[in-house]
Amino acid sequence: MKCQECHEREATLHFTQVNNGEKTVLHLCEKCAQEKGEAFIVNTGGFSINNLLAGLFNLQNNFQPAKQAQAPLYKEDSLRCDECSMTYEQFVKIGRFGCANCYETFKGQLNPIIRRLHSGNWAHNGKIPRRIGGSLHVRKNIENLKQTIQELISREEFEKAAEIRDQIRSLEKQLERSNEGGY
Amino acid sequence: MSLERFLNQAVSSWMSAEGPNSDIVLSSRIRLARNFKDYKFPTVFTSEEGQKVIDAVYQSVSGHPFSSIGTLELLVMDDLQPLQKRVLVEKHLISPYLEKNAVLGACILSENEEVSIMVNEEDHIRIQCLFPGLQISEALKVANEIDDHIEKQVDYAYDEQIGYLTSCPTNVGTGMRASVMMHLPGLVLTHQLNRIIPAINQLGLVVRGIYGEGSEALGNIFQISNQITLGKSEEDIVEDLQGVVAQLISEERSAREALAKTSNIQLEDKVFRSYGVLSNCRVIESKEAASCLSDVRLGIDMGFIKNISKNILNELMILTQPGFLQQYAGGPLRPDERDIRRASLIRERLNMEH
Repeated sequence: MKCQECHEREATLHFTQVNNGEKTVLHLCEKCAQEKGEAFIVNTGGFSINNLLAGLFNLQNNFQPAKQAQAPLYKEDSLRCDECSMTYEQFVKIGRFGCANCYETFKGQLNPIIRRLHSGNWAHNGKIPRRIGGSLHVRKNIENLKQTIQELISREEFEKAAEIRDQIRSLEKQLERSNEGGY
Repeated sequence: MSLERFLNQAVSSWMSAEGPNSDIVLSSRIRLARNFKDYKFPTVFTSEEGQKVIDAVYQSVSGHPFSSIGTLELLVMDDLQPLQKRVLVEKHLISPYLEKNAVLGACILSENEEVSIMVNEEDHIRIQCLFPGLQISEALKVANEIDDHIEKQVDYAYDEQIGYLTSCPTNVGTGMRASVMMHLPGLVLTHQLNRIIPAINQLGLVVRGIYGEGSEALGNIFQISNQITLGKSEEDIVEDLQGVVAQLISEERSAREALAKTSNIQLEDKVFRSYGVLSNCRVIESKEAASCLSDVRLGIDMGFIKNISKNILNELMILTQPGFLQQYAGGPLRPDERDIRRASLIRERLNMEH
């Protein structure tokens, strides 16, 4: 059905209006419906992913596109977790692991599954536990600072870069000391 | 027991208090999944291990320093009556899984019921914070504080590469699920939601009904939450969700404005018919009750109805669930008896407003 207004585009919106008991039916395309204005409840341009992205605009820079990972779902009967004696087949059946060690045991099979579940992501980018995370905090911090240095150098802000370099050195010393102390 | 006293005991803070944007956002929730490094996960652990987990978690939080949370009470699932557990599920304080399937399950609950730590659910520990209105960041802050406090005494299962290790690989990474419960009658009435949901899914967020996975969207109430837990930081996940929720709020507001412009009298009619049903019914099923409650709440928000408090939707949606009705009645009820009870509870509650 063609749009009643422009007679060109396909009519995608159908309005039924009842005014004083008199019924009128209108068949319009989205464009003409928009032009017709406020009498109709038209969502300008339809609700697309872009509308939603607008809400995220200032927030995201590490949004990773989903990489299609092929999962080699071969059978591995012999694989069994030392800690909880769960086999890979059992895991596939119930969809849950038996213990933390299972992640290590089934590492080979697991990575593609994890990527598929988390739209291509494979590395944790969030919270680090305070106590057991210990040196991990310092290392992440050093990584971040090294990135900052590169940015500062490219902007030729050498004085600031030198300050950051000193910070990194002291953090690295701290790391060495904690390693000697046996974590 | 009088209804008023029953209500005082039954209503948690997220149902009665008002929060930011609470005309559209009913509640915000954060859940963090954590596990002990050295115990097997609840799916396969021994009962000895399960008991150790309960003791260790309760001990780690019982002397907590957070004044806003108040005292924490330990509820062991095996000690509760089926009806008591049902009520906890209906209030969103425990999961259906903890109610029905968990071995040695427990829940550590705060006085105002904003904090609920599930023990031995799918994971050893699930910290949940439930706040009224749009307060996801606030909920995350409290959840993080409790998490840090527990971590002082508990060795978590954590991997440098993939983060917090969880029983199900869908939760690995942050172990966090952030969700927001929204009342979206405008978008439903204008048939826009069906177009919006696929767009939301594309952003790694999921839309569900009021009682989570697989449940129907009763009373135009929808739950929006993150699907992906790995690769983004907790703060980024929360900000993404907040961005979409903000967008939905403004879409819902403009849908309501448009409805007021094009069909004000029809809308007013719908609202008052539903109000009529609720204040006069003698038998009512939960589905009809939910849809009428949604209409009345919309009527309050849009100014058609002036003498009823706003939280009536949140409150009655929960209180007219089967578990609550039976608890109020003091024993088990057949479905047809429930429908009669539901009707009288709603009428009585509406009478309290005058």
